[in-house]
Amino acid sequence: MKCTRCKAPAEVQLRAHNSNFCRPCFVFIFRRQVERAIEKQRMFTRDEPVLIAVSGGKDSLALWEVLVELGFTTTGLHLSLGIGAYSDASTEKTVAFAEARGLPLITVPLAADGLAVPDVAALTRRPACSACGTMKRHYFDQLAIDRGFPVVVTGHNLDDEAARLLGNTLHWQMEHLARQRPVLEPTHPRFVRKVKPLYRISEYETAVYAFMRGIDYVVDECPNATGATQLVYKDMLNRLETASPGSKLIFLREFLQRGQRGLSTDVPESPPQTCAHCGMPAYATLCGFCRLVRETETTREKRAASGR
Amino acid sequence: MQITILPQRRRIDLTGRRRAADVLRELGFLPGTAMVIRGDELVPESAMLEADDVVEIRAVISGGAP
Repeated sequence: MKCTRCKAPAEVQLRAHNSNFCRPCFVFIFRRQVERAIEKQRMFTRDEPVLIAVSGGKDSLALWEVLVELGFTTTGLHLSLGIGAYSDASTEKTVAFAEARGLPLITVPLAADGLAVPDVAALTRRPACSACGTMKRHYFDQLAIDRGFPVVVTGHNLDDEAARLLGNTLHWQMEHLARQRPVLEPTHPRFVRKVKPLYRISEYETAVYAFMRGIDYVVDECPNATGATQLVYKDMLNRLETASPGSKLIFLREFLQRGQRGLSTDVPESPPQTCAHCGMPAYATLCGFCRLVRETETTREKRAASGR
Repeated sequence: MQITILPQRRRIDLTGRRRAADVLRELGFLPGTAMVIRGDELVPESAMLEADDVVEIRAVISGGAP
């Protein structure tokens, strides 16, 4: 099997693109895809400092490496989620990645604020992924605003976006569909632009890139993801992809080109209000994060008072 | 061949020479959901694995709630 680009022996086979690549050509193509997504979708420019959310997994670390190689000014933001050994390993890998390359990294240990994900989930009786998502979104926006970053970059890949699209479509979540885009412009003074440069790149490709570049990432799965609906959707899409290579990309691409544009004009976006407690965007008196924190603290105080 | 599956850290021994794609199928992986790694090289799904190879199969799927 030969490289489609240079005819050297190929190391990776991409059915969706009907192509094979050797290591140097794959690395070149991968970086070019990221660069094109950033330029085509006008995600950010080389003059803008970007805050990249880094979990310690393959997608965010591969993306951070590419952004640095492409000459963008980046700072990493890592939330240490307090999910036992999984979070310890994630933080360790993220810190090691940043230190080895001399990259700036902001680390926020949620447990220090009494907000470790398992504790918050147990005290509020919410699904762990829901509590985790609420906190992540809050810290990403707040830290970006406080430290002067106009844009937050995340490592969501094609599989994430196609699974999200499938979920939103199955439930006809019109407002969510209208907002599913690779670039989300801020709708409140304390929101920043959110962008997803890997939105057309599969997670197989990001894993291959990370492997080829010797990036030491967390291979383990988050223990809370077991049984998550998103993984069921991903599995369904992978079965479709096996029967018809390229289906995931076509599903997302055609939605963005044809379906999403119509939806974004048909479904008016209601801009958020301002949280009475923290000043961040809110769709009620308090923002989702402040409600979560208040509920956590109240339950914790009640349990302490009753000696439980 | 000696196979380690990640992230489960499961060890499996298979006999004989086989195509990487067949090994993946036998172990329940769909195409494009796991990397086959031999030493510091990636093995394409159409390539052959030898009976005495030591191989890592690393799943690539991640996620929870978006």
